[in-house]
Amino acid sequence: MKTRVTLQVNGEERELLVQPHHTLLEVLREDLGLTGTKHGCELGECGACAVLIDGEAVLSCLTLVGDTEGSPITTIEGLGEGQTLDPLQTMFAKLGGSQCGYCTSGMVLTARALLDRNPDPSEDQVKAALSGNICRCTGYNQIIESVLEAAAQERAGGASE
Amino acid sequence: MNSPSDPPDSAVQPGPVRRGVGTIDPRTGPTNVGVPRTRVDGRAKATGATLFADDMHLPRTLHCKLLRSPWPYARITGIDTSAAEAMPGVVKVYTGESFPIPYGILPVSHDEHALCQELVRFVGDPVAAVVAETEEQAEDALAGIKVAYEVLPSVREPEDGFVIEGPPIHERRGPGNVHKAVSFAFGDVDEGFAEADLVVEGDFHFGGNTHLALEQQATLAALDRDGRLTVWSSTQCPHYLHKHTAKALDMAPADLRIVATPNGGGFGGKSDVFNHEIVVAKAAQELGRPVKICLTREEVFLCHRGRHPIRMHLKTGLTKDGQLTGVHLKTLLDGGAYGSYGVASTYYSGSLTTVTYHVPRFQFDACRVHTNKPPCGPKRGHGTVQPRFAQEVQLDEIAEMLGKDPADLRLGMLEKAGAETANWLRLPSIGLGTCIKNIVKQSDWTNLHRKLPHGQGIGLACSSYLSGAGLPINWDRLPQSAVQLRFDRSGLVVAFCGATEIGQGSDDVLAALVGEVLGLPAMSIRLVTGDTDLTPVDLGSYSSRVTLMMGNAAVQAAERGRALIADAVAEKLSVRASTLVFADSRVFPADNPDVGMSFAKAVQLGEQKHGTLGTTGSYRPMAPSARFKGGGVGPSPTYSYTAAVALVDVDVDTGFVTVPKVWISHDIGRALNPTLARGQLVGGVYMAVGEALMESHEARDGRPFDEGRYLLRNPSMLDYKHLTHLDMPEVITDLVEEPCPEGPYGAKEIGQGPLTPVIPAIANAIYDAVGVRFHEVPITPDKLLAALEAKAKGAEDVVVGPKPFPTDVPYPEPMDVPPPWEGGNGRARGEGDYAPGQGSKARKGRSS
Repeated sequence: MKTRVTLQVNGEERELLVQPHHTLLEVLREDLGLTGTKHGCELGECGACAVLIDGEAVLSCLTLVGDTEGSPITTIEGLGEGQTLDPLQTMFAKLGGSQCGYCTSGMVLTARALLDRNPDPSEDQVKAALSGNICRCTGYNQIIESVLEAAAQERAGGASE
Repeated sequence: MNSPSDPPDSAVQPGPVRRGVGTIDPRTGPTNVGVPRTRVDGRAKATGATLFADDMHLPRTLHCKLLRSPWPYARITGIDTSAAEAMPGVVKVYTGESFPIPYGILPVSHDEHALCQELVRFVGDPVAAVVAETEEQAEDALAGIKVAYEVLPSVREPEDGFVIEGPPIHERRGPGNVHKAVSFAFGDVDEGFAEADLVVEGDFHFGGNTHLALEQQATLAALDRDGRLTVWSSTQCPHYLHKHTAKALDMAPADLRIVATPNGGGFGGKSDVFNHEIVVAKAAQELGRPVKICLTREEVFLCHRGRHPIRMHLKTGLTKDGQLTGVHLKTLLDGGAYGSYGVASTYYSGSLTTVTYHVPRFQFDACRVHTNKPPCGPKRGHGTVQPRFAQEVQLDEIAEMLGKDPADLRLGMLEKAGAETANWLRLPSIGLGTCIKNIVKQSDWTNLHRKLPHGQGIGLACSSYLSGAGLPINWDRLPQSAVQLRFDRSGLVVAFCGATEIGQGSDDVLAALVGEVLGLPAMSIRLVTGDTDLTPVDLGSYSSRVTLMMGNAAVQAAERGRALIADAVAEKLSVRASTLVFADSRVFPADNPDVGMSFAKAVQLGEQKHGTLGTTGSYRPMAPSARFKGGGVGPSPTYSYTAAVALVDVDVDTGFVTVPKVWISHDIGRALNPTLARGQLVGGVYMAVGEALMESHEARDGRPFDEGRYLLRNPSMLDYKHLTHLDMPEVITDLVEEPCPEGPYGAKEIGQGPLTPVIPAIANAIYDAVGVRFHEVPITPDKLLAALEAKAKGAEDVVVGPKPFPTDVPYPEPMDVPPPWEGGNGRARGEGDYAPGQGSKARKGRSS
């Protein structure tokens, strides 16, 4: 039996009929076509599906869709302004923070949540914040560098490239 | 290599190039090559716009789920699908009957069916498939399929497979469950040991592990508007998937289109042809609706094709001044239930032993045995990581016995550039000496080795890897990579190539090289890749072949295009073509830039003179020197080299090892995009630390609840331990750029090689830290703690390793192949030339 929910996704109100046992991950990808949110385990083990709910990084594979009503949800498609990328996205692309790209959405959003509450994190704080996001390609070093460089640019008020 | 001022050789050659091509124009400097750049696919990845296989959706898509065997080895005595067929949403239930044709990635082992026939061979072997309106309905209906099994005696360890009680896992192999056994003598190794001042022997074990690419495999298949079948899949090798899907479904390859979607990581795990790909292809063809499957994480663990567990016995002889006199390596591979790439893995478990240090005599015996476990296959460093571990740990022991510094010992025995090894591998360039010297300096090695406090240690090791397998999997004389270019009068250049982006940056290499020749930024080149309808064949993203092979093809295609354009521009400007420079998206005489023109205008002149502009380039390596049977695995156009130093901290109370820092130096020839090259280095270190300390793909007995079943011990991302951000060492990277004449602009591989030396470097560092030798990986805290306790009780020379290497491995009599310095000609003594092609023909149709 489907149920009606109203979600606030990337600044838009979306009214949907969903299976109440479906996760936010399933609804984002399958009902809303927001496939920028990825999945690597569907068990809360890899971090690929992280999205922002109320500005906090949350694993969408462990979140029932009904529990997100009334909270603003941001997916990777909702970052940046129009065609201007978020500085994190620019730096991940530029500095080798993204190789296959499969972990990138979750990694970037988790980093976004960090920088929004701490614009000047230490390297250790970045590592701790991202420690639930698995990457099998990069060995993480260039991810950390991408986050720190994006943070530095934001603090300097630099426009995204 | 050509000088850019002359007509490029590759532009006028009629056939595929066979040597490295491309030179940076000294008049302009590089456009893309060697410049740290945002990767061409970076924006799509950072915005989530990249469409991976499971991100694709078509109207009216059906969903597929597979029913997998609960038994390691059993005969299917009956399947009843009627209840499942009556369940809600179910459109079709398939069993093995629908898939009678065997296939397999190698021509010598077509031993798989998309769904099992009479036998199931491991827990997870697919028995039936449900296609339903939704994924949930398909999943629910699996419970409605009733399968009756007669359980057979199963084999868990390779050494139990030489003599077996039940039926063999595959017929027409053997003895017992032996899949492949080979033996080669390149010179008389016993003579070598007789000459030695020191002979060292040891038993080693490299535990199995898996790729754990973050993307779970997915496939979507659909008929196009003309009724032709298209398959989009997370595959590293669309060409092979094309060939084998057509075979398994008994259709003409020209009626089938395979599109490799960008892979969310591969590491070798998506280079095989998978049963689920063939099942959804058939379902889409038969049902006339799109059909999709996405494996669960647990299913990805079951598909596996990962690192073979290998037991090894290594015997090495040296003179007292540190020159090798002979090496004898025996390997025993646990192949799991199917052939996969296993015959190649078997050869690779020895063939690259000779490419780092000069080995005057080499004997190599290898045996792969089937067991009732998920099939093993290629993982990053395919088959060479395990013996390199043994070799580099043993060299550390030897250095200590000889009282030599481990770095100096290695520097003193390096193989030389231009050499041909005992087993007939040509080594065009070797930067290993520079790599070793660089990391010794950067890590302050001399002041730290054997000088750190108890619990801290530092270790060094080296390795080498292929830059592309010299022979294709299906022996033929066709190009192994090809690139087509279309020059639009807008100035747009579109490059078409079958190569597959798996995260390693193959798209970036393609765009950078085409752009380099034409003076265009990489970002301006449009790419169409990995599509068997649209792109010329590239064999796939395996064996670290793409940069070198695709790269040479791309440069040839671009040089041919440049020659046509330059010809037209030269005529228009009344100058010699060789004076023209392609740079900054313009074409102009080097000495008079102002009279030049935009690249778009130059293309228009070319089109006006020559007609529509399109060029091709292709690459096929030179024939290998090795001409004995089995000599086809190991040759490569060139080899990369790596040296690594690892620093470890051992917690002597818990046995827990951390790796705070790794120095790694890699001979890449030339870094085409240093940002991406560094990422490959660090990524290799990352995976290596995991393999050294924690990554383990192993079966456990099902007892007490499931006696007789071998279940995977840890088939989840939580239980399969791997490094997080918090565990990752600081990595100091160093790229040695000594351009290799075989690679495009001198480039060699970097994707796989750098993983290998880090694992023995960590084992050697642990010895330096606490005096315990590890002859096996992973080095887990329980093993280390037990060793430390034994040591505390007074045990000397504590070696943690496997039980003694079995003496009854059924190796054949060694094939006698004289090395180059013994007057050999690359063939086995007393045998005629072994021509590629004979072997595959003789085995045609072989299946079980």
